[in-house]
Amino acid sequence: MELSRRDILASMAAAGATQVAARPSAASVAQRAADPFGVLVDLTACIGCRKCEWACNQVNHLPAVPVQAFEDASVFASLRRPDASHYTVVNRFPGAGEDDKPVFVKAQCMHCDDPACCSACIVSALEKQPDGAVTYTAWRCMGCRYCMVVCPFQVPAYEYFNATTPQVRKCTFCHERISQEGKLPACVEICPPQCLTFGRRSELLALAHRRIAGGSGRYTDHVYGESEVGGTSWLYLSGIEFSELGFPVLGDAAPPRLTESLQHGVFKDFIPPLALFGALTAIVRLFRPDGEKPPAGEGRQP
Amino acid sequence: MTGHGAAPVRKPLLTPGVLLLLGLVALGMVFAWVRFASGLGAVTHLDDRFPWGIWIAIDVATGVALSAGGFTTAALVHIFHRRRYEALTRSALLTAVLGYTFVAFGIVMDLGRYYNIWHPALPSMWSGHSALFEVAMCVMAYLTVLYIELMPIVVERFAGRVRLPGPLGLLDGVVEGALRFFDRTLGRVMSVFIVLGVVLSTLHQSSLGTLMVLAPSKMNPLWWTPILPLLFLLSAIAVGFAMVVFESLIAARVFGRAPEMELLTPLSRVIPVLLFVYLAFKVGDVMIRGVVTRLGDGSAASLIFLLEIGLGVVIPLLMLLSERVRRRPGLLFAAAAMVVLGVAFNRINVFLTAFTPLYATRRYVPSVGEVAITVAFISGLLLLYRVLVSVLPVLPAEEQPQQQRTGSRHVHAAPPSSIGRWSA
Ligand code: SF4
Ligand code: SF4
Repeated sequence: MELSRRDILASMAAAGATQVAARPSAASVAQRAADPFGVLVDLTACIGCRKCEWACNQVNHLPAVPVQAFEDASVFASLRRPDASHYTVVNRFPGAGEDDKPVFVKAQCMHCDDPACCSACIVSALEKQPDGAVTYTAWRCMGCRYCMVVCPFQVPAYEYFNATTPQVRKCTFCHERISQEGKLPACVEICPPQCLTFGRRSELLALAHRRIAGGSGRYTDHVYGESEVGGTSWLYLSGIEFSELGFPVLGDAAPPRLTESLQHGVFKDFIPPLALFGALTAIVRLFRPDGEKPPAGEGRQP
Repeated sequence: MTGHGAAPVRKPLLTPGVLLLLGLVALGMVFAWVRFASGLGAVTHLDDRFPWGIWIAIDVATGVALSAGGFTTAALVHIFHRRRYEALTRSALLTAVLGYTFVAFGIVMDLGRYYNIWHPALPSMWSGHSALFEVAMCVMAYLTVLYIELMPIVVERFAGRVRLPGPLGLLDGVVEGALRFFDRTLGRVMSVFIVLGVVLSTLHQSSLGTLMVLAPSKMNPLWWTPILPLLFLLSAIAVGFAMVVFESLIAARVFGRAPEMELLTPLSRVIPVLLFVYLAFKVGDVMIRGVVTRLGDGSAASLIFLLEIGLGVVIPLLMLLSERVRRRPGLLFAAAAMVVLGVAFNRINVFLTAFTPLYATRRYVPSVGEVAITVAFISGLLLLYRVLVSVLPVLPAEEQPQQQRTGSRHVHAAPPSSIGRWSA
């Protein structure tokens, strides 16, 4: 594996200036939080080989299927989604150009900058890491599945047939590999046409806009994930409208900002609940009727 | 029992109705066995698109809403001192105790890792950003408060009369002492718990509405609104009183008593006011957000929305404005039932109807197992209620002469019971 990784890194370097920071630097946690890693997916370059699916299954110990099985194009007949044993899947969509070349779209967790799933999680089993990855800690999880309810990209999946230790399952962004082992995510590492670029999110955005502005006319002027639901670590470039490729049309607001401000409004330093408690206690005392006599206000209610 | 307004019901327990409920509970337990042995997938129609089904929408969300009678009557009687309604507080309290207990059972059934249900209580797990965390903490705390509020009723029944069977008889003195201790301390601090219960209810009834606010892109805009928490709170307050009327009339029917119209008629006067406030916010919300025009599009969702508001809010509101309706047990029951079912329908709509996930290839329809387990929970709740009113002094004593509607309303107010002593 080591050799092939070096090969790929070398080929990436050869590919020139468009490839960004392949190896995570030893940046401080604070810096990384400010500028997490991301992946730019160039849909115009994807050939639908599904090698990323195979590599993902390997590193995440998902059902081992021989690599040849991923050459089977019949899976493209219906739309697939990531599930409990597939963290990433590639779908085929009809193209729009004169050549009518189909468009292949890799789907996985978007690793949102302000993830609804993390905001939802009752025990912080899902967490946004400084490296950009949204990670899952199974032993914390209660299995309430609220994260699945709120994910705007419909990503987290569940082990419904595991009776004792079911897990929420989704792409890990190869958290350990990118933050501790200095490796690339498995899918990025293997992608033959290198349509996946790993790097700092800010640099990927700059790269994406350079490509759009490049004048080739290959791209629509939209980097998907730049602002959707407050931004995502995974970014997409496409030749045709994203809404035709199964991407949800989402606003720029991160949903957690609304709910968390509602929560904080009600709970601000526990002042509102305490104020309510105080007010009700005051009512109990102030309006207490004397002794056994029926309350003076009794007649008011007809 | 001299001097007490409530007494255990003395009626044979093993009626055909009770046997039917037992059968339904047994059936549900078969499915529950499969769920715990083979996982959620073996019993439910839940999948990655529809992670929540009727166990959340009915057992949990509706269960919490319909248990609101506990805190609304407690507030009315013990905070706003409308003492004459005290006769209604005990059964409202018991309903809330049982309602929340079964909410907890429903959550255990639904959680994939139910054995981690205590995790939110661990400081290392605290997740203040999560609305669900807030709901969980408040429900746990409120359930505790409810059981504390129930203690005086247990004390009243058993203090001085503890007779444990067989060798347990040795513990009689200990239990007796504990009851006396509760009696002495609780009487003094009960006001704190009652106020605390109201505060906790306000918090979690509303936070339950915040849950779906976090999924704006997956919710039908007729129901998705940033003021969902407010709408949940307002409808819970309205349904609290309707629920008291509803169950009081059912209890009267089942136990062959005269309905307590001298209390229910005046109490139900407040329901249309509360319904109106709820309706005003609900209508104002769809107008201000500009989705009101969708109601004319003839879609199933808009029809369901109109039904929810029409049958669940507008019609009972209009009915309850009439004194004639409020005085007639049959009509009053119909109106109260519409409010109760309307709020249940609203919770189901918010959690299920309005939820439109991406890439769904089918709609969620509950499985036989899901329905059987929900029915078993409801049956179990009714059974426990039936047993507990036979053991504990919850319902007004029957020996008490029934008041005529024209009679003085004050006389019927329950004399101070244990729970009432703290503020007397
Ligand atoms: S895509 Fe979904 S699962 Fe992934 S980080 Fe965003 S909200 Fe969470
Ligand atoms: S299912 Fe687990 S990870 Fe998802 S919100 Fe619930 S506790 Fe968190």
